[in-house]
Amino acid sequence: MEVQKMKKKSVRKAGLLSLIPGIGQIYNGQLLKGIAFLVATAIFLIELVTIGIPAFQGFITLGTVPIRDHSLFLLVKGTLQIIITFIFVMMLILNVNDAKKVAKQYNTLGNVNRSARSILKNMWENGFPYLLTIPAYFVMLFVIVFPVLVTLLMAFTNYDFYHIPPAKLIDWVGLQNFVNMFFLSAYRSTFVSVLGWTIIWTLLATTGQIALGVLTAVISNQKFIVGKKFFRIIFLLPWAIPAFVTIMSFSNMFNDSIGAINQQVISLLNYIPYVHVSDIPWKTDPFWTKTALIMIQTWLGFPYIFVMVTGVLQSIPDDLYEAANIDGANVIQKFTKITLPMILFATAPVFITQYTFNFNNFSIIYLFNSGGPGDVGGGAGSTDILISWIYKLTTGTSPQYALASAVTIVISIIVIGVSLLTFKKTHAFSNEEMM
Amino acid sequence: MKALFSSTKINRFFSRFCTYLFLIVLSIIIIYPLLITVQSAFNSSDLTAFTLDPHMHWTLANFKQLFSQTLYLTWFKNTMVIAISTMIIQVIIVTLAGYTYSRYRFKGRKNGLIFFLVIQMVPTMAALTAYFVLGLIINGLDQYWFLTMVYVGGGIPMNTWLMKGYFDTIPRDLDESARIDGAGHLRILLQINLPLAMPMIAVQALWAFMGPFGDYLLSAFLLRSPEHMTVAVGLQQFIADPTNQRVAMFAAGSFLISIPIVILFFLLQRNFQSGLTAGGTKG
Repeated sequence: MEVQKMKKKSVRKAGLLSLIPGIGQIYNGQLLKGIAFLVATAIFLIELVTIGIPAFQGFITLGTVPIRDHSLFLLVKGTLQIIITFIFVMMLILNVNDAKKVAKQYNTLGNVNRSARSILKNMWENGFPYLLTIPAYFVMLFVIVFPVLVTLLMAFTNYDFYHIPPAKLIDWVGLQNFVNMFFLSAYRSTFVSVLGWTIIWTLLATTGQIALGVLTAVISNQKFIVGKKFFRIIFLLPWAIPAFVTIMSFSNMFNDSIGAINQQVISLLNYIPYVHVSDIPWKTDPFWTKTALIMIQTWLGFPYIFVMVTGVLQSIPDDLYEAANIDGANVIQKFTKITLPMILFATAPVFITQYTFNFNNFSIIYLFNSGGPGDVGGGAGSTDILISWIYKLTTGTSPQYALASAVTIVISIIVIGVSLLTFKKTHAFSNEEMM
Repeated sequence: MKALFSSTKINRFFSRFCTYLFLIVLSIIIIYPLLITVQSAFNSSDLTAFTLDPHMHWTLANFKQLFSQTLYLTWFKNTMVIAISTMIIQVIIVTLAGYTYSRYRFKGRKNGLIFFLVIQMVPTMAALTAYFVLGLIINGLDQYWFLTMVYVGGGIPMNTWLMKGYFDTIPRDLDESARIDGAGHLRILLQINLPLAMPMIAVQALWAFMGPFGDYLLSAFLLRSPEHMTVAVGLQQFIADPTNQRVAMFAAGSFLISIPIVILFFLLQRNFQSGLTAGGTKG
């Protein structure tokens, strides 16, 4: 009875021992794995002593001598070191769990994978899902997580055109930027006015494109229509053509004095009896610029909704409508009781992503009229939304990087908060299959 | 779906009339701005504003100027290089991740999915300063590969969700029977699931390809020298300067860049519906 003779491995002991990574594995009899963990730890410790500790020090002080110390680089290096340390801590947790798991396995099965070959095979079998997702996480770590982290940190500094490294040092200023944004009169009025228009813009433009998309899908899905394919091709054109092309073209067409809308469309309208419209100041009056922007976004964005809703409509069974006919339902009842609930059920989460898209729809605001006309203070024009204001704060002649970062954080909190709430409301999470 | 209105004959005529009126008016609203841009591309080059002119004299002068006097061909090539590399890298990463989240049940899966959903809502392009500093440190400013990676990263979260939604609609019975026959992870992925997911992969490829063509913000910010610019940034110069507006040349450049994209779009648009609704109904 070999198993009975064999000494039991203590799970607790294996876990405690692997606080020095690798020792727990060696205790379990997995020498190779243990050495691998030990080597990884050694590399991290060497990195920590030579690069890491100075990086953390620099991160805390952000430099003491101008020119010699580049505050921005110190901030970024500190952030990178935080990520590296985080990865090491994750490895530590993984390693403790592994040592415990293997000790348990040893106690029940009586043996463990010792050879490099069997360990690799085990990793391939159980680690395959991790292997496939590593590239996604790796890219996101550097292109999303890292920049977002740096932005988050920058919001708590005084990085602006008075403090451009390396000639000047940057300092931590705590919540000063947020206090300025919410309480300093000059910035507060800009922030409130830009945020107000951003919300109005998001609601009107997105609702416009969803309404037109649903309406077009419902109307063009009726059985009797001749030339469905032809109409479909036309309706998809605004989506097919790169958005910057259409936005810049519209920008030209909406020119107050020489643009085609005033010159051709409005003068054509005036041929209709009893109609008299004078030229509209599309680019110089904030109200009309806003109107034009909402109309253009509706034009640009409805095909996406149209395609999706058409797909949903074609999947609604005919008998539902036949049953409704027998019950004597009228058109409006059929639409509100059958069609609309079906569409909303299937596409609500996508509608939400459309709202977040428009909340951050930089291209149309900037390329149509550069956020103008006029000025609402703080460098923002009267049609600037938060994202285009950030762009101006970052790229203008007197950049306000820290303030821009603070605005970015406020945006992110708004968008994530509202989306998560709505996702919860629409029960996107409760779908068992999805999660 | 049955006709929306159907009771009496007059009613029926009226509803059909309204339907066609709606379709035709909407078509005109879509066609007019496009037609006016296309026509301006062939109009005389001293044009200051787009106009629709039935008596216009058609000419190719704008295109000749575009090729001889501007860096348009270079911009076109730059955009192509960036778009194609973005497409290849992004499609590979997204397909692998979407497949994994659809097919495997593993520790951290749910948290991973929520992470993808939340990170997709962060306006990463607002982190302009961070990109600039990152580019400065790793020597990526004014380099295609850096911009490409930024595009790829930005597209991963949302598209992984759509990809996962599509893989969810492919039945798992095939995987099971292949596994019983002794097929490993890779065979099941490459020989069974990938061919079935081709429609969605095509859609993803198209969107990833179109992304860099439509973006202005990041390419304007990260690519600084004129010979490294993308078409969007280059063309914007033609109409941004109020003293030297080259509207007709802008129209010609826009026309050329739109043609290949529109053709690709319509070749692949059949796949959109299945791709979108698969991701939509589940997501």
